Amino acid sequence: MIFLEKNIADPLLNLAPLVILFPLLGLAINLLLGRRLGEKGAGVVASLASGSSFVISLLLTLSLQAHPQAFTLPLFQWISIGSLSVSWDMRVDTLSTTMMLVVSGVGTLIHVYAIGYMYNDVHHQGDVGRYRRFFVFFNLFIAAMMLLVSANNYLVLFVGWEGVGLCSYLLIGFWFEKGKDGIGNARAAQKAFVVNRIGDFGLLIALFMMFWWFGSLEFERVFNAARSLAPAQQGVLLAMTLFMLMGVAGKSAQLPLYVWLPDAMAGPTPVSALIHAATMVTAGVYLIARSQPLFALAPAAQGVICWVGALTALLAATIAVGQMDIKKVLAYSTISQLGFMVAAVGMGAITAGMFHLITHAFFKALLFLAAGSVIMGMEGANTVAHHHAGNPEEEIDPQDMRNMGGLQKRMPLTYGVYLVGALALAGIAPLAGFFSKDEILVSLWDYSLPIFLLLLLTSFLTAFYMGRQVLMVFAGKARSQAAQQASESPKVITIPLLILAVLSLLGGLINLPGVATLEKWLEHTVAMPEAGHFSPAIALSSTLLALLGLALAWVLYGYRSLAKLQQSDPLANYLGVIFHAVQNQWWIDSLYQRVFVIPYRYISHEVLAQWFDQETIDTMAHDLGRWNQWFARVLSYLQNGFVRTYGLVVLLGVVVMLAFLATR
Amino acid sequence: MGIPVSYYLVLSAIMFVIGILGVLLRRNALVTFMSLEMMFNAANLIFVTFAAYYRVLTGQIFVFFVMTVAAAEVAVGLALMVAIFRTKHSIDLDQMSSLKG
Amino acid sequence: MLTEMAIFIFLALVVVASAMAMLLSRNAVYAALFLAMNFVTVALLYLILGAPFIALVQVTVYAGSIMVLFLFVIMMLGAERLPGGEPLRGQRVLAILLGCVLLVEMGLIFALRSGLLQIQMPAVVFSEPVDLGELLFTRYQLLFLVTSVILLAATVGAILLTRGDKVSLRDLLQRKE
Repeated sequence: MIFLEKNIADPLLNLAPLVILFPLLGLAINLLLGRRLGEKGAGVVASLASGSSFVISLLLTLSLQAHPQAFTLPLFQWISIGSLSVSWDMRVDTLSTTMMLVVSGVGTLIHVYAIGYMYNDVHHQGDVGRYRRFFVFFNLFIAAMMLLVSANNYLVLFVGWEGVGLCSYLLIGFWFEKGKDGIGNARAAQKAFVVNRIGDFGLLIALFMMFWWFGSLEFERVFNAARSLAPAQQGVLLAMTLFMLMGVAGKSAQLPLYVWLPDAMAGPTPVSALIHAATMVTAGVYLIARSQPLFALAPAAQGVICWVGALTALLAATIAVGQMDIKKVLAYSTISQLGFMVAAVGMGAITAGMFHLITHAFFKALLFLAAGSVIMGMEGANTVAHHHAGNPEEEIDPQDMRNMGGLQKRMPLTYGVYLVGALALAGIAPLAGFFSKDEILVSLWDYSLPIFLLLLLTSFLTAFYMGRQVLMVFAGKARSQAAQQASESPKVITIPLLILAVLSLLGGLINLPGVATLEKWLEHTVAMPEAGHFSPAIALSSTLLALLGLALAWVLYGYRSLAKLQQSDPLANYLGVIFHAVQNQWWIDSLYQRVFVIPYRYISHEVLAQWFDQETIDTMAHDLGRWNQWFARVLSYLQNGFVRTYGLVVLLGVVVMLAFLATR
Repeated sequence: MGIPVSYYLVLSAIMFVIGILGVLLRRNALVTFMSLEMMFNAANLIFVTFAAYYRVLTGQIFVFFVMTVAAAEVAVGLALMVAIFRTKHSIDLDQMSSLKG
Repeated sequence: MLTEMAIFIFLALVVVASAMAMLLSRNAVYAALFLAMNFVTVALLYLILGAPFIALVQVTVYAGSIMVLFLFVIMMLGAERLPGGEPLRGQRVLAILLGCVLLVEMGLIFALRSGLLQIQMPAVVFSEPVDLGELLFTRYQLLFLVTSVILLAATVGAILLTRGDKVSLRDLLQRKE
């Protein structure tokens, strides 16, 4: 084996490549033998692959406990051109193992959940053959994400970065022929891909700059070189970090590139949970955390990142208030929470950001999966109602919260876990979200007051929209036949939900104020400024605000207004135009459409495709072809098929040559 | 001492040109073939002439090889012609123009 | 010397005349016979040039076997005459014109560039076939062997090409008759 090295602190660390290899193995098995394995088999294989990855991550974490220094496992030389030398190394340190644990842990739970969910989904959508494909993509995603977090240089990280982007694209467009006008899902996938490309463009530029200025892409070398360069070339570092921020904004759905994430909900719900809530979108946060030494040298960039995060958090939270689609609310909520994380890691509070990343992975995955369970219940009942003859009711949108209500009694377990997730997200003590959000707020209090206030307001809105959602979905009376007949999901779905609910309840334990397990753990890898101390005042105020938000939701969406929900949202009565704006995402999507998409399409279609390509270039090409044809026709007269004519021509050649020789 | 070398060369040149004309003018593939043989002969004549002039045997050796290869060539060429005649029922070179462009 | 010259001129005239006759005769059989005559005359020239071995090979191989082969094929195919005239316009004129130009050019090159026009042939020494054979089997041994392979290939090729029914080489080798 190429990766066996003798001078390793702990032989367990040699297992690191398996973290990537196991999902790849699962993928290969499903790809090659999937048809024989059958439906359940494919899901089980994929889950086992992801689970093995989790076990390996655990082992790595345990061995790091004894030797917490960062450890690099060289695999092989990848690129060696001139002064550029990129080797394919794996970096095992406290930061990467933390990410590995989150990705594979949450990933495995979602895999298990998907066994049940996708079984229903493929039958509902009418293409059973895609069951296996789903798990192939899922395993590929886990492998790519593992590659991303275990990279030891920016280029390998970029490979993983693009890999998860690809999986995201594939999975958003999983039902590519469905959606609005039959291409809605495909469009959503395309949008995600294109917007991510814009971000990746920035990241690539940052990478180029690194190579240009530092001559290396390896983390440690880049950081060391940056330290020595920083005093002289502040502008270079600023540009580099800001270009990196562009990549982060694309991947982690920050302003102004967040627009793809709500559309990404076109993918099946486990995809939304795993990729677009728990793991992939946090890659940007991870990138900033990983590059913290760089950002620390560019305080201006840190400020920008912090502001971007905070504004994104607030904007997305306001939009979430007006959404009717159960998954859209969660999508905007994800953007908003990502804003929290980005703001935290942006100002250098890596622990707070990573802490929130972990807890968010727990409760947002839980919320998405529970929402998936709700959708499944609605879909199931909807189909049953639809298939019974003589039912005049039209097929309703099973994701629209206006059609729900009263699910508390039909799906008690889902309701329970959803409540846990919602409270955790709202930041009610002592659930996971409370501690992590509080830590971010504490750190911000020391850093910048306006950002702190923005995020405090966001916390209030978060509690409000979650309260609104829980009430709309679970409380009151059923507002459609489907909701009336919805039934609880099977065990394969509820068990992962329960595990995630427990994690959401207890997630705060990993970095309790005063104990700070996570902080001490991460300190081995990331040098951090003194973290803010737990402040009862801030904790109390944020909890109070959250409670206030929940109470406001209760007042507005109480029993009386819920009944009339299908006519109008009660909030619309109070806010009027503003609610309308919120409901339409502040028209940002259509603004982008007008400002970027439509002019771009015009240029590409009318100017470039019509005028430049079809008229100018095609004419040139055609004319060349025509001349050539004419010339060939003239020449073909020579080729008359008579050997004797050819002989004559040869003789002519001989005569001419001899004449040349004779007269020379 | 006797005949100038150039006489032989001129004779060879005349034979060569007649050979060329035979190839270019006659439609009968067999006659064309014979004309080729005549061109070989013209070349051979020069070889032998210079062998005599320089008093080395190499020229004669080469003539010998040319003759051997020509014999082989005639064997294959005539076989080809027979094969062509079987399918085309003619050995008119002008009939064999299916590679016309 | 005078007799030598007279003999040469006579032979040269016969060579040219027989070549022209070959070129012009309508009947392919006549053409073959004229060619045989041409070959024999050239063999006589070889003899004058002191190459008896080559002269005899010329007579036996060329005038003998090759011409017999030609005659045999002509008669077998019945291709003495071809119907129809010259279909290519200008071919005849152009070919004769270019042939003449070529002749003139060659003459010019011989005359002007090499200055061979005045050089006299040294006294002819008859080469012994023994010397020729010795050279052939020592210095040109490899060429000799290669030529034998060519002859073998030609023989096999000729047989294969003229077989009436289509048989592959494998059938030929596997047939047990």
